[in-house]
Amino acid sequence: MSATALPFPADHSQPHAGHGHAPGGNYLTHGKGVMSWLFTLDHKRIAIMYMIAILASFFIGGVFAILLRTLLWAPPVADPNNAMAMRAATAAYQFYNHVFTLHGAVMVFMFIIPAVPAIMGNFVLPMQLGAKDVAFPRLNLLSFYCWLGGALFFVYVLISGVLHSAFGTNLPGGFGLDTGWTFYTPYSTAKSAGAVIPATLGAFILGFSSILTGLNFIATIHMLRPKGMTWFRMPLFLWATYSTSVIQVLATPVLAITLLLLIAERALGVGIFDPALGGDPVLYQHFFWFYSHPAVYIMVLPAMGVISELIAVFSRRHIFGYNFIAFSSIAIALLSFIVWGHHMFVSGQSTLANAIFSLLTFSVAIPSAIKVFNWASTLYKGDIRLKTPMLYALGFVMLFTIGGLTGLFLGALSVDVHLTDTYFVVAHFHYVMMGSTLFAFLGGMYYWWPKMFGKMYSEYVGRIAFVIIFVGFNLTFFPQFVMGSHGMPRRYASYPDRPMFVTNHRLSTSGAYIMASGLVLVAFNWVHSLRRGRRAPANPWGANTLEWRTPSPPPHDNFPGPAPVADDPYDFHGWKENPDGSWYLDEAEKKKYADSSHH
Amino acid sequence: MLTAYLAQANDPTFWLPKQASTVSDNVDGLFTFVYWLSVFFFLVITAMVVYFTLKYRHRPGQTRESAAGHSTALELTWTIIPTLLVLPIFYYGFRGFMDMQVEPPNPYEINVIGKMWSWTYEYPGGVITDELHIPKDVPVRFVLRSDDVLHSFFIPEFRTKKDVVPGRYNRYWVKATQLSPEGGTKPWDIFCAEYCGDNHSTMLSKVWVHEKPEFDAWFKKASDPYIGRSLIQVGETFYKQRGCATCHSTEKDAVIQGPSFRNLFGSQVEMTDGTKLTADENYIRESVLYPQAKIHKGFGAVMPSFLGQFTDRDIDAINWFLKSISDKYPKENLGPGGVIGTGSEPPAGGKPTPNLQPGAQGSPAGGGASTGTGGAVTRPATTAPGAKPGTAAPATPPKPSTGIPDPAPTPAPK
Repeated sequence: MSATALPFPADHSQPHAGHGHAPGGNYLTHGKGVMSWLFTLDHKRIAIMYMIAILASFFIGGVFAILLRTLLWAPPVADPNNAMAMRAATAAYQFYNHVFTLHGAVMVFMFIIPAVPAIMGNFVLPMQLGAKDVAFPRLNLLSFYCWLGGALFFVYVLISGVLHSAFGTNLPGGFGLDTGWTFYTPYSTAKSAGAVIPATLGAFILGFSSILTGLNFIATIHMLRPKGMTWFRMPLFLWATYSTSVIQVLATPVLAITLLLLIAERALGVGIFDPALGGDPVLYQHFFWFYSHPAVYIMVLPAMGVISELIAVFSRRHIFGYNFIAFSSIAIALLSFIVWGHHMFVSGQSTLANAIFSLLTFSVAIPSAIKVFNWASTLYKGDIRLKTPMLYALGFVMLFTIGGLTGLFLGALSVDVHLTDTYFVVAHFHYVMMGSTLFAFLGGMYYWWPKMFGKMYSEYVGRIAFVIIFVGFNLTFFPQFVMGSHGMPRRYASYPDRPMFVTNHRLSTSGAYIMASGLVLVAFNWVHSLRRGRRAPANPWGANTLEWRTPSPPPHDNFPGPAPVADDPYDFHGWKENPDGSWYLDEAEKKKYADSSHH
Repeated sequence: MLTAYLAQANDPTFWLPKQASTVSDNVDGLFTFVYWLSVFFFLVITAMVVYFTLKYRHRPGQTRESAAGHSTALELTWTIIPTLLVLPIFYYGFRGFMDMQVEPPNPYEINVIGKMWSWTYEYPGGVITDELHIPKDVPVRFVLRSDDVLHSFFIPEFRTKKDVVPGRYNRYWVKATQLSPEGGTKPWDIFCAEYCGDNHSTMLSKVWVHEKPEFDAWFKKASDPYIGRSLIQVGETFYKQRGCATCHSTEKDAVIQGPSFRNLFGSQVEMTDGTKLTADENYIRESVLYPQAKIHKGFGAVMPSFLGQFTDRDIDAINWFLKSISDKYPKENLGPGGVIGTGSEPPAGGKPTPNLQPGAQGSPAGGGASTGTGGAVTRPATTAPGAKPGTAAPATPPKPSTGIPDPAPTPAPK
């Protein structure tokens, strides 16, 4: 039954001929030419297209980050009493404002929200279920084109900014973007000369990519699970993806409408958020954060799903507390909808609202803590291999702990009054978005890289790059906690010249450069592996989820024959290691443990 | 000993600035509690990760026995304990916040106006200034108003912050418990903490905390810009604080929006209609009060009028200032305008308070000035009863009232 799909002992996987494909065919070689990619319905190809686009976005967002950290090494400081000096410095400040805004907008909308679901969810989810594709493959392709369409608007915004600063050209709609990625009103509707409408239209369209992907995944998990793949047989990555999809579907439409209202006010003067037109700026904040708080869980939940996979596989141990981790994912998704007001504690909203939001905010910390303890416990009595994906997973656990704990400071009302809108918040969210989500993303990319491309990357370079990134990351963001609690406000193009601020800013900038060089090394490792990497076996890690029961890269239909029947995804009994590092399945031994359920 | 310990608790630490208000100790106390809790749990998790990774590292040829895959007891433990720990964090945060929200009776009220990109303070009694001075140990309520977009009024040493929202008034109160540095002569920072456009990062201000007598003295000086200053200095103060500096520089030939003031007075000016005249006292007066009457050639008709905002005495002072930066005006003729103490008080030879530097003496130490949008116009000071601007120095000037009763003598400082 499933024997045909299993990798052969002591050998790299032979791509299995089946379904009329030429021997040696896989999803990459199935169908030739650009059109076969642009019109593909194969979830795996869609995932790869997303990957290229999303990594390019990460690069652009990263360029902006390096730019803004560089500007903050020695910002121009002009005596506010000297109007001429201020006039000159203002041009530098305006430039900085565009850079920090675009860093945020590109990273949030084009990188971190789609990254894990669109790339890894798309590639892996159907295979982990044992399905041939997602429930709605055409909708999946449409999601990708929505992403591209939204991205085009952002490209327009970037071009408008570059042309304006280089040549003074004024494209229609404004130039660049200087509102912050949050587009707070009335600055964004009444004052900014940025390309606000193109940018918000771009985010609007990108939102549909998110919504349709979420819809597709929910339908797939409900409808395309083969008999025997019960909910509690699913890998935790799928629980995480499912929870994320629920948020994507319920929350993103709120952002879409909010952005349309913003456009209506800016373009048509409809008074909703601008008090000069009879509107309320705080209303905008409510609408915006009603989406954007759940959005941060869209970012981190799939990352947590990846971590569950990595820690179990590389400890060779059943994940500890499967049920609790699964339910925590759902709990986080639901609780994420009722805490948005914690972004607005000093906006002037009522004390009662503040108290309720503060109390609820602490509630969402608990399921996250449960997960962290479970991951750490999975290591106990494990058989731990420190491959590159595992390094990122362990890094995640430590950095997410810091990120989550600093959220406690911000959830406490009186302390938040002091810390909100300072660098403390910037550091907090970078620890959870970058130290956590990005690390999980990188770990997942390394983990599934051999499956996606049939090539092994260099472990040696991978580990070195990890250390550089880990050190660089902490050097960049830990000093930001310190200067934040000393009052350094965020979104500042320049700052008072005193050691507390200067030293910490410079430490931070140095860290950013170190981290960037680590990331360059990661990219180099991946690209090099495509050309010179060792051929990857079907199962280089000894994992037990179904995507590893098919060759690397997988065939067009995901499995060489009928899909294998899934057993407990974290039961590693029976997997034996070959001398070359690949793994094969000893069927007899697997059967001995087939019924030992650890849920 | 306790007071010594508590006084030391006020000092800046690695994480936090000096504590200077009644709410600072709650904020810092809770911060410290959460901090050590975080350190503890971070060490626990890191220790688990590092220890387990090292101890259970794969060694070739070794096999492991399987371990339990779950433990309800552990799950309940690490659910219940964190829940119990976050509840007091919420509670003390809420309590501290309530202290910030509930005002004591009869606070001293100051209007704070934020606009792109400066702060202005309006005091009872009509003082309008761009520097914040408050007395120690007196509850002060800030009524926050924005003229344009969102701003946020943030004073780190007080641990206070509130958004300044256009279309509504936000309020918060503070009671300073420490003098600002060097006996109240140096200020603390005030930051704008909500992104508001180009000069968000230079929308800075300063706050001085004085003992009551020094505060009264500052207030008196601020009420009447002529006290303790020469006419040249008064003119310079108007230049900086009333919106002139936004458009007119004092550097030779440097144009911001309007003509530079350097070497303006006494020079030949050509108008758009071709007439030429000398920029004398009459020309300056007309430009301030009726700027559209004659437009300097090469400039647009954009200057707002200051009619009703300056008295003739004020324009006198402005003229003196312009003379002092003009090469057309001989230095030896500057004498009358340069004499200190032409205000309603006796000349400042008598008893300058030694360390008091309210900063409003026309020097750049005053900090954030009018870098607002072009043509920023400040309202004339609403006059307190009896203190009519523009009158000749009255024999006994009425004491501007701060409205704050002198505090009862306080016991040892907290």
